[in-house]
Amino acid sequence: MKRIGVWGAAIGLLLIVAAVLLAGPISGHDPLAQNLSDRLLPPGTDGHLLGTDDKGRDVLARALYGGRISLLVGFVAATAAAVAGIALGLLAGYYGGWWDRIISGMADIWIAFPFLVLAVATLAVVGGTVPVLVVLLTFGAWVTPTRVTRGLARRLRGADHVQAAIGLGASDGRIIRRHVLPAVLPANLIVWTLTVGTLILIEGGLSFLGLGVRPPTPSWGNMLSDGRGYLELAWWATAAPGAALTLTVLLTNLLGDALRDSLDIKLRDR
Amino acid sequence: MSALVIENLVRTYDGGLTAVDNVSLTVAAGETYALVGESGCGKSTLARCAVRLDTPTGGRIVVNGRDVTRLSRRALRPLRGGFQLVFQDPMSSLEPRLSAHDAVGEALRIHGRYRPEAVDALLTEVGLDPSLGARLPHQLSGGQRQRIGIARALALEPQLLVLDEPVASLDVSVQAQVVNLLRELQDRRGLAYLFIAHDLAVVASLAHRVGVMYLGRIVEEGPAAQVLTDPQHPYTRALVDAIPVESPALRRERTVLKGEPPSPVERPGGCVFHPRCPIARPSCAQEVPALEERVPGLRVACPYS
Amino acid sequence: MLNLESVVVTTRSGVRLVDGVDLTVGAGEIVGLVGESGSGKTVTTTAVFGLAGPGVAVTGGRAVFDGNDLAGADLRRLRGAQVGFVFQDPSTALHPLLRIGDQIAEAGQVHGRHVDVAAALAEVGVPDPARRVRQYPHELSGGLRQRVAIAIALANRPKLVVADEPTTALDVTVQMQVLRLLARMRDEQGTATLLITHDLGLVAEVADRVAVMYAGRVVETGTVAQIFAAARHPYTRALLASRPRLAAGRSALPVIGGAPPVPAARPAGCAFHPRCALATDLCATVAPEPADGVACHFAGGPS
Repeated sequence: MKRIGVWGAAIGLLLIVAAVLLAGPISGHDPLAQNLSDRLLPPGTDGHLLGTDDKGRDVLARALYGGRISLLVGFVAATAAAVAGIALGLLAGYYGGWWDRIISGMADIWIAFPFLVLAVATLAVVGGTVPVLVVLLTFGAWVTPTRVTRGLARRLRGADHVQAAIGLGASDGRIIRRHVLPAVLPANLIVWTLTVGTLILIEGGLSFLGLGVRPPTPSWGNMLSDGRGYLELAWWATAAPGAALTLTVLLTNLLGDALRDSLDIKLRDR
Repeated sequence: MSALVIENLVRTYDGGLTAVDNVSLTVAAGETYALVGESGCGKSTLARCAVRLDTPTGGRIVVNGRDVTRLSRRALRPLRGGFQLVFQDPMSSLEPRLSAHDAVGEALRIHGRYRPEAVDALLTEVGLDPSLGARLPHQLSGGQRQRIGIARALALEPQLLVLDEPVASLDVSVQAQVVNLLRELQDRRGLAYLFIAHDLAVVASLAHRVGVMYLGRIVEEGPAAQVLTDPQHPYTRALVDAIPVESPALRRERTVLKGEPPSPVERPGGCVFHPRCPIARPSCAQEVPALEERVPGLRVACPYS
Repeated sequence: MLNLESVVVTTRSGVRLVDGVDLTVGAGEIVGLVGESGSGKTVTTTAVFGLAGPGVAVTGGRAVFDGNDLAGADLRRLRGAQVGFVFQDPSTALHPLLRIGDQIAEAGQVHGRHVDVAAALAEVGVPDPARRVRQYPHELSGGLRQRVAIAIALANRPKLVVADEPTTALDVTVQMQVLRLLARMRDEQGTATLLITHDLGLVAEVADRVAVMYAGRVVETGTVAQIFAAARHPYTRALLASRPRLAAGRSALPVIGGAPPVPAARPAGCAFHPRCALATDLCATVAPEPADGVACHFAGGPS
């Protein structure tokens, strides 16, 4: 049952990624091409599988191209946060002492800050380009992988098999590489999948508020914001990005849950 | 040259916990010194200090003639092969992701001496078929895992093995096999053992000398045959008496202690054993009895026994 | 008090963990059930009283407790009231967040009885019971916790106590105290006790009768005196011989070669035959039936 969950969710996500990358061939339209005579067409009309929006642009094309930004930002930022988190967590957990005090202190302080407020303020000043979004969301997500890694690394430091390696004369580098790092990766994988979903949602929210990706470049968030204005006239222009966003985040959460369950069993077997 | 000399070892922790309180002992080359005691007596702490997986608060540790008490990890590195620790729980002392072969091989790899034949030879020496080398720890039995732990400890050709309750978590019939293996290895390789245990019977088949620990101190120490059959210290007597007899015909009058071993955080003053001692006198609460050599080779810390 | 006849316990996948066990525990006696890992000694009683894990169930034979067939009985009402259980690890047997006194009282409340908690603690030899009643488990040592676990098991004056390796996790000096306590319960209260252990020495200390299990079957039963003076089954003899002796000095420990089989891979015929010095072709094909307390084709033969 759990195996199906992992593979099902993973395949679903891969399909979404593939669809998004093949946005051009699949939709056959330019997401930015406005055609005011073809505005607000319902799905299925005239070669527009999901209809058109209030500027005559193909909704399917916009939804797929828009997914690129959301997925890109989500994946990259989550990955950057994971890399940073693992590095910092290893330092804090394995070495302890001052490293731990500084890093854990930073994490505690950071958590106390209202992140979204900071994000909004930054974006308002600097503008919502993709690099800025990625950096910002990485800052928003580094604490969890750090804490998770720190906890595991701390416990491993005192574990018998690590003590045995120390007793054999292994250097810290070797111990971290061969004993600690492989042990923290599974948990971080789970955190990563859940973070991707969360960050995609946050990016969507920021774009919705007009702070993220600016029109006419489509993103799920700004499409939702646009579509609000003519919801009764062309609900499909909102439904498409909404469904895509929901489905993607749902799949990342399912993947994370399924991974946690399947890894738990393996841990219990030992 | 003795394999291990511990002089006045002290290990305290912040907050007032004294785990080891001025312990001195010597393990001669090629012999087994069994250190017995119940939970909280400090024997595991002492074991870790002896192999420098822990740093003593005071005293000296001399292994194979080298004073290793204050050496840094870097300075210890080339020496580590000479003394190894065998852990109690073979499941937790083996990296779950490493195969048996790699677990033993890592010891060699760390020092740039890895050869697959060397690993196979070690596995064979501890009674395992080298084909088991591909298995992961959870695919092996408890006895097999412990043999891997022993093979790993032997990889760097040590002169001293410190064994911390190496058979306590094994099935009874497997215990005997592993203890026999340890004795064979000792005879063949001339190894010295500091054998930590709480089970006196297991100790009997392996030990040349026995030291009894209670709350951080050694209360009796002498030749194994002597200490186990004619204990002098009241605590040792209680330990020996506490062994359930194998035959009802051997039931005898025995000392059954009252109460429990107190926590090392609340060590009694004077003789640490006095609250549970059947022959305690008022002065025992004030005076710390010295370990006196009654006859050459036999030391007892109790003036009244 | 407890009478098991040809009890068979299997897992969901059909593996026989217990393969036809006969066992009797009479009122006022302590019976030692001795065996190693995989012998089925624990699951025999847990299955019969409904405490075994998911999928593990009694699929054959009969279990009778105090005259009543357990097959249709309301096991929940029996457990904790008529039968008390003591398990190996005292630190997980107690709820970490409840006071000792409350946990003992709860044992009674569940069955509609009021328990004098301080008296219960005093009965199991806990010093200063009035103070201990208000303490939490982490404030007690292992030995005291196990005594509390025993007090909970005894709270409702059960007719039978099942103690599964009750002293394994305890210090040696404390072990003796707990064993004495079990003996006292038998002498003063007439409590029947099934003492499950791998340690023959424990059994010699307090038990009246012994049953030895191997690979899911009982291979020998007898009084303690009989077993220790004149064991007849090769496995029992080997167990007795392999126990290290204090006076033996530095010498090879007698070993039973090989290892106990996993329940899924029980050898055909007599399960012990691959490790038995007396084994013949008969032993490899025909499982010996228990006769006169021993299940061996060569019972009482040369050792």
